[in-house]
Amino acid sequence: MNTKAPANSEAFLQCINCKKILFSIDFEQNLRVCNYCGHHHRLSAATRIAWTFDEDTFEELDTELRSGNPLEFPDYVDKLHAAEAKTKRFDSVVSGRAKLEEMPVSVAVADFNFMGGSMGSVAGEKITRTLERAADEQTPAIIFCASGGARMQEGLLSLMQMAKTTAAAQRCAEAGVPYIAVFTDPTMAGVLASYASIADVIVAEPRALVGFAGTRVSKQAGVSKVPDDFQTAEFCLKHGMIDRIVPRKEMRDTLASLVRTLGGHALSAYAANGGKK
Amino acid sequence: MSSPKTHKEWERELLELEDFIAKAREAARKEAEPKSREALEAKIEDLEKGRDKFIDVMYSNLGPWEKVLIARAEKRPYTLDYVQALFSEYVELQGDRRGFADNAIIGGPALFNGQPVMVVGHQKGRNIQERQFRNFGMAKPEGYRKAIRLFDMAERFRMPVISFVDTPAADPGVESESRGISEAIAAAIMKMFELTVPTVAVVIGEGGSGGAIGIAASNRVLMLENSVYSVIPPEGCAAILWRMPERGPDASKALKLTAASALEYGLIDEILPEPKGGAHRSPVETFATVKEAIEKHLGALQKLSPEVVKTDRYDKYRGMGRFEIAEG
Repeated sequence: MNTKAPANSEAFLQCINCKKILFSIDFEQNLRVCNYCGHHHRLSAATRIAWTFDEDTFEELDTELRSGNPLEFPDYVDKLHAAEAKTKRFDSVVSGRAKLEEMPVSVAVADFNFMGGSMGSVAGEKITRTLERAADEQTPAIIFCASGGARMQEGLLSLMQMAKTTAAAQRCAEAGVPYIAVFTDPTMAGVLASYASIADVIVAEPRALVGFAGTRVSKQAGVSKVPDDFQTAEFCLKHGMIDRIVPRKEMRDTLASLVRTLGGHALSAYAANGGKK
Repeated sequence: MSSPKTHKEWERELLELEDFIAKAREAARKEAEPKSREALEAKIEDLEKGRDKFIDVMYSNLGPWEKVLIARAEKRPYTLDYVQALFSEYVELQGDRRGFADNAIIGGPALFNGQPVMVVGHQKGRNIQERQFRNFGMAKPEGYRKAIRLFDMAERFRMPVISFVDTPAADPGVESESRGISEAIAAAIMKMFELTVPTVAVVIGEGGSGGAIGIAASNRVLMLENSVYSVIPPEGCAAILWRMPERGPDASKALKLTAASALEYGLIDEILPEPKGGAHRSPVETFATVKEAIEKHLGALQKLSPEVVKTDRYDKYRGMGRFEIAEG
């Protein structure tokens, strides 16, 4: 795996879970997993892509898509601008083509740093295009989820992204192309209740928050007592909702094996087509 | 002045007036003296005219929050009222065949103008017992899994699907999470996109986020004039944005959750007008409107080939979303 040098110049940092002090160099070499408690810290989309796919094979697409403020929702434009400045991106999802152990894959990676990875029209469009490219080009789809859910600021337009992305996943299934979802911290609500949950295979990072109703929403609905592991990847595994929990350092190998096996048939078709369609 | 929190509260004065009229009617009926009775009846007529004006004023220029209250009104016709009025030979089918049964989503085969269709809908309750039995119209995973069974049967037996949408949200509890509420909703949406039979959804009350779209991803989506359709309940939105659920009325404005907005953004196909004073004041008229609309849309869809019915649905949702194209 092509680990990069520490991004920040700080020599130390604190684990957000166990609060122990970590050496930045160790932390980066350990893929931002705490050496003490194993907490998987959140990654930006760029880091995730660099650490998952073959070096310099990621071709980013759909970069022209940018959120507007279709509902003229209060403060939305300010939030968008702040998120754009923070992430240097136009939205929460990064999409494109990449290679994984030399196999072509259609890829989307959500970035929690952009408005909590929420899904509005742009994120929905990018996920849809990723799945459509997978179906059309016979390249397995890999989607890294990281989202608080649908983006409230785009109202019903956001809700309809659930239908749109799910329809695209259905098209992928019909085309015989495998779709693998990776639940990272957090994978919630409208994203979980649409394209994320109907992947052929679902793997999750340890202790990722995974659930339908956010705390503030469920509290509003009167839900109070919950189990200790409620809405974690481990809870989902126990209840049969996901296939495996995969530590970050094993993620690339696991995904490659899945693409090679489940995607074997599709990839033959892709090769017979002489690469791209 | 703070906003009313329920439909009853909002209509309080009107309800008092209606109550008074009813009592006056009763008194007139009992009045033996013809002259006095006539005088009473004349007064009642005046009162009724006043009431009609009152309704006119209240129900013209409704804001989004008033629509939220009307959409949630307990007197509003629910799915089973439509089933009874619009269909014959309805047989309710139950169970997800995986160990659980849900009472917030109901459905089964029925005849619509003599033609077999599959009916699916959220069902709310009117009194405390009913409300608990229906879990306030909040379906658990088994509700969506039952819907998937019904969708499968509809496809197998070539029956169009008619959905009635009326839910505050899907059930957010621990049980539902344990049994995969998210997967159940996603799988139901996915199933709807597999169908080659026509599907028509009518939002009759509350179109509450994922819980609604789980049975509403149809070829045609119609909304009653005073129904709402939203990505999140306004109170939930206010809780997240401002940490103040009581600011639901403000959030309801921002969310653009009315039928008019949904139509404007190209997310629904038609708004079905309600009788003066809302669907609950004249259910019979409402049923006729809904019936006619279903006939029209179903008729048009049934002219399409099964394959086109499916691509029509895909293309419809494929086009949903509003974004900008950045330069460079």
